[in-house]
Amino acid sequence: MSAPVAAAAPARGPGWRGAVRGGWPTRLVLLSATLLVLVPFAWMVSISFTPEEQAFSSVSLLPAQPTALNYGHAVTDANLGRAMLNSLVVTVVPVLTNCLAAVAAGYAFALLPFRGSTALFYLLLSTAAIPGSVTLIPLFLMAKGFPLAGGNDLAGYGGTGLLDSLPGLMLPHLVMTMNIFLARQYFTTANPDLAEAARVDGAGELRIFTAIYLPLSRPIVAVIAIFTFTGVWDDFLWPLVITQSPQVQTVQLALAQFLATGTVRYGTLMAGAVLATVPVLVIFLLNQRHFVSGLADGSVKG
Amino acid sequence: MSTLEQTAVRVPAAPAPGAAEPRRRRRLRPTQWIGVLFVLPASLYVVVYQLVPVVYGLVLSFTEYSPLSRSGPEWVGVANYFALVGDEDFGRALAVTGQYVLMVLPPTVAIALGLAVLANRPFRGIGFFRSALYVPHIVSLTTVAVVWLWMYSPNGLFNEALTGLGLPPQSWLLEEDTAMPAVAAMRVWKALGSNMVLLLAGLQSIPRELYEAASTDGAGAWRRFRHITLPGLRPILTYVVAMDIIYLAQGFAELFILTGGGPLASTTTVNYLIYTEAFQYNSFGSASAMAFVLFGFIAAFSFLSIRGIAGRRS
Repeated sequence: MSAPVAAAAPARGPGWRGAVRGGWPTRLVLLSATLLVLVPFAWMVSISFTPEEQAFSSVSLLPAQPTALNYGHAVTDANLGRAMLNSLVVTVVPVLTNCLAAVAAGYAFALLPFRGSTALFYLLLSTAAIPGSVTLIPLFLMAKGFPLAGGNDLAGYGGTGLLDSLPGLMLPHLVMTMNIFLARQYFTTANPDLAEAARVDGAGELRIFTAIYLPLSRPIVAVIAIFTFTGVWDDFLWPLVITQSPQVQTVQLALAQFLATGTVRYGTLMAGAVLATVPVLVIFLLNQRHFVSGLADGSVKG
Repeated sequence: MSTLEQTAVRVPAAPAPGAAEPRRRRRLRPTQWIGVLFVLPASLYVVVYQLVPVVYGLVLSFTEYSPLSRSGPEWVGVANYFALVGDEDFGRALAVTGQYVLMVLPPTVAIALGLAVLANRPFRGIGFFRSALYVPHIVSLTTVAVVWLWMYSPNGLFNEALTGLGLPPQSWLLEEDTAMPAVAAMRVWKALGSNMVLLLAGLQSIPRELYEAASTDGAGAWRRFRHITLPGLRPILTYVVAMDIIYLAQGFAELFILTGGGPLASTTTVNYLIYTEAFQYNSFGSASAMAFVLFGFIAAFSFLSIRGIAGRRS
């Protein structure tokens, strides 16, 4: 299993040593590519600090009279204050449930197999290949018909169920199949002797998981948390479909909504875009290593 | 219960035979149940909210159903699918979706591969390049589309550049000829980093010795690339292309923001059509049928690409 390790830490992989040293042409190409990729973000930030009356016509990377007013407008006019809070709640809950349920399941699939567990695992994994558009309409109806919610009776009739609510926004994200897969792959490479030794010492299975394997699995828990966070935070179609009122708008939806109302105010819009980007960017910068390795793990392993 | 005991016996026997044996067996039975308990919440959830919707959606695709009507879904058999065969809008949306994938995928993979080969060398600051190129991937399509909307606006970056060069400004997103390429350009920019990082991981799993051996045998840079790099990249390339197809064929948010499916439906992808059919015209039945046809196309094309890239070897 050396390939996954190499993939998990590209900078220290075997291919690194003795590689051809990068000359100046290489650096120049990479540098220009990087700058090109970052240009839109530079403008996003720049316009967010440009006074609204100039933002429509002027194009100057350094605003002559920088202002933070746009951010205030984004919070109030574009509903981003409320939307940020909603997005945070709607994102953090699935992060927690994924870290608990998906990691526990991945652990058991790898180290506590039972009769039929392999078949069950592949059944669950098969859902990862299903496009979101296939499940969109059924999930909408299931959210609408959720029993005893939003005025529904036990059979799910009579009310609006989880439509237009925060729990409804979380509904399709609570456990992602990909996360079960990642956790299982991770625990497959873990040492099963630790559990065996603890069992001989009389430790219970729950204790073995929480005291031995969970602390060891911090990297994969981080990857799962990050993937879930960005996945749910960035989601657009599901919030668009199941929400109506501004009280439950997510960040992405608030941006789109603000765009749709009347003339485009680019200053406010870009301030909103910055606000929508900051949380995922912070998470990314704090965890770059996990991020990139997790991406590679999902593909190279398995 | 016999099944549990059967499996328990298969576990390596205890070092001390005799007295230890039955106790051990008793202790292993709960292990299995605990395994089931650990798996249960996630499995139950995935079955209810991932598997059941697929079956539910398939059933819906054989019905006519408006969520506003008092009556439930009405069975119409394969009528929805037959209707799609002659449906011009749907045919157009399929073509647009294919066009979108073809406009984005080849340039993305080619540029990402080039950058990955360049970045597969040790020098100071390489981590910065990798992370910076990856940033567009983590930012939402909605946000990114909002920024590009400004770049394509009358006084946006692209038109300023054109005017600077003495060329007439364009209304990028409002013209049938330029709208789709404009959106595709944004998607290339967004997908570049993640493709590059994956390909880089693939490059670094190729044993260094292969290159050294080839060099001593006198193979030039191109031949090393052709005969070592490309074959070595096959597994990851397969994955990258299949994932790209799956994601791109479901494009929605960027089109919602940038073009609204226009002008004249020239950027209405199947996913966009499904959205309008279901949530503006309330035809859940025919929208479900569209979703399954799209599913079929995505599955077929990812399978073909996997066979095309990886197939020859196996």
